[in-house]
Amino acid sequence: MITLYFKRAIDDIFKNRFLNLVTVITISLSILIASSFILFFVNAGAVINSWKKGLRIMAYLEPTISKTGLEELKHAILSIDGVQRLQYIPKQEALRRLKAQMKHQASLFENLTDNPLPDSFEIRMTAIADSWQKIESVAARIESLPWVDEVEYGQRWFARFAYITTLFRLASYAMGILFFMAIVFIVANTIRLVIYSRREEVEIMRLVGATDNFIKIPFYIEGLIQGALGAILGLGVLFSSFVFITSNMDQGVLPDLFHLQFLSTAIVTGIIISSMLVGWLGCYISLKQFLNA
Amino acid sequence: MIPAGGEKSSIIRMFHVHLNYGPKKALIDITLDIAKNQFVFISGPSGAGKTTLLKLFYYGEPVSEGQVLIDGINLNRIPRKRIPYLRRKFGIIFQDYKLIPSKTVYENVALVLEAAGKKPRLIQKKVKSVLRLVDMEDRLKSFPPSLSGGEQQRIAVARAIVGDPKIILADEPTGSLDDDSADTVLELLRGVHIRGATVIIATHDKTLIRKTGGHVLYLKQGRLETSTFIEKKYDNTIF
Ligand SMILES: Nc1ncnc2c1ncn2[C@@H]1O[C@H](COP(=O)(O)OP(=O)(O)O)[C@@H](O)[C@H]1O
Ligand SMILES: [Mg+2]
Repeated sequence: MITLYFKRAIDDIFKNRFLNLVTVITISLSILIASSFILFFVNAGAVINSWKKGLRIMAYLEPTISKTGLEELKHAILSIDGVQRLQYIPKQEALRRLKAQMKHQASLFENLTDNPLPDSFEIRMTAIADSWQKIESVAARIESLPWVDEVEYGQRWFARFAYITTLFRLASYAMGILFFMAIVFIVANTIRLVIYSRREEVEIMRLVGATDNFIKIPFYIEGLIQGALGAILGLGVLFSSFVFITSNMDQGVLPDLFHLQFLSTAIVTGIIISSMLVGWLGCYISLKQFLNA
Repeated sequence: MIPAGGEKSSIIRMFHVHLNYGPKKALIDITLDIAKNQFVFISGPSGAGKTTLLKLFYYGEPVSEGQVLIDGINLNRIPRKRIPYLRRKFGIIFQDYKLIPSKTVYENVALVLEAAGKKPRLIQKKVKSVLRLVDMEDRLKSFPPSLSGGEQQRIAVARAIVGDPKIILADEPTGSLDDDSADTVLELLRGVHIRGATVIIATHDKTLIRKTGGHVLYLKQGRLETSTFIEKKYDNTIF
């Protein structure tokens, strides 16, 4: 019985090739746009995470700090919620690092008699305490501690970037819903056209004793197939573009050791399944209008 | 609800049935009783309501008033879901054949059995044998529009009888056919009648009735005028 329904659905698709092709292409365009957004967020999220991993708070100390003061301060910082570990960087070490970083501008250090750099603590946050607000509050508490001259953390643009991605994410949810409705509408319309072009046939089927399900099931299968084909086509185009772009892109704009990744199998499967669901839903809507009249 | 008596042998009963198409009264106060395995003609001039009467049998149209009983089912009370099962009691030869142009001859006939959920192997056997019966076995893969009127008619007959329905309805089955084709169709209908089906033919063609004999319900302007019986004479030479 199932194979019969499948056979009828596939026959129908071939008999209405043009209409089906148009639907599949339209679905694939919608999927292409929607999944491009998803791809962007997956990678943006990964970039942010890799930046966050390197995120640290620098606490510059007053030059008058004593040995005991240093120990007390260390404990005070470690007891702050969200702080994972800290490393003491004496000013000699800081200067050495700076010189190493700026070895091409070595002349700048030539006339340096005194070390102008302060001693400092480099503080790492725990993974859970990775929200921007959290970092800000930890930094503020550290700054209020005695012997701490100044703190420095992250960069403003990072906060702005994180903020913009949140906005983007919200916008993309809205767009996701819009695309979802658009695909439902498109599929509903095609199936409507298909049914309309075959209302005589549907009527004849009813006259010879076909149940509603017998008539409807092939249409549902058609909707599912259209959804699947549209999703596969859209994702295929996205994947090809992805491969093309990444192989031609300068790795330099991205943080070290970070590689752009394509959507995971789980997300790809999710997109295909949602697209099929949408095909089914489109079918449901137009069949409801037509057959229950 | 329904008066008893003769119920056992009745397959179609109507009580004071009216059917209006808007202001147009197509059928007026029809009461009739058709027994199992009867061979019935519904006769009358064009526009008398013959096609409409057939429609009421298979719930192609709900009545405006009155009761219709088909094989014990009261159509006024039939749930929507049961309508397909009601229709499977009938094999209908429509005046315009109603074959599906985009499906092959084989598919058109097989559709009835597929819709009834029959097994594929049985379907294949049945469809082939019934197409042999109507002498169309060599046109299995043809599409209806490529067939002549007479050939389409035979496919329509094949589709009507393939499911071994209890009741055969035929609307002007010989209307647009030459004599030979008309005789073939009539022959086929007699065949299913002999095998136990109730056959109901709507026709304005009086010679057809004379040729075959049977019960005749005469409709005129939506009313059932007379109900007569002509002795069944399958031997054409008598007339
Ligand atoms: N769908 C319809 N809508 C309105 N009037 C109809 C419809 N079908 C039939 N009629 C009218 O009902 C009457 C009976 O029609 P019909 O049953 O087709 O007659 P017959 O088959 O005896 O020629 C005719 O007057 C016809 O015009
Ligand atoms: Mg008629």
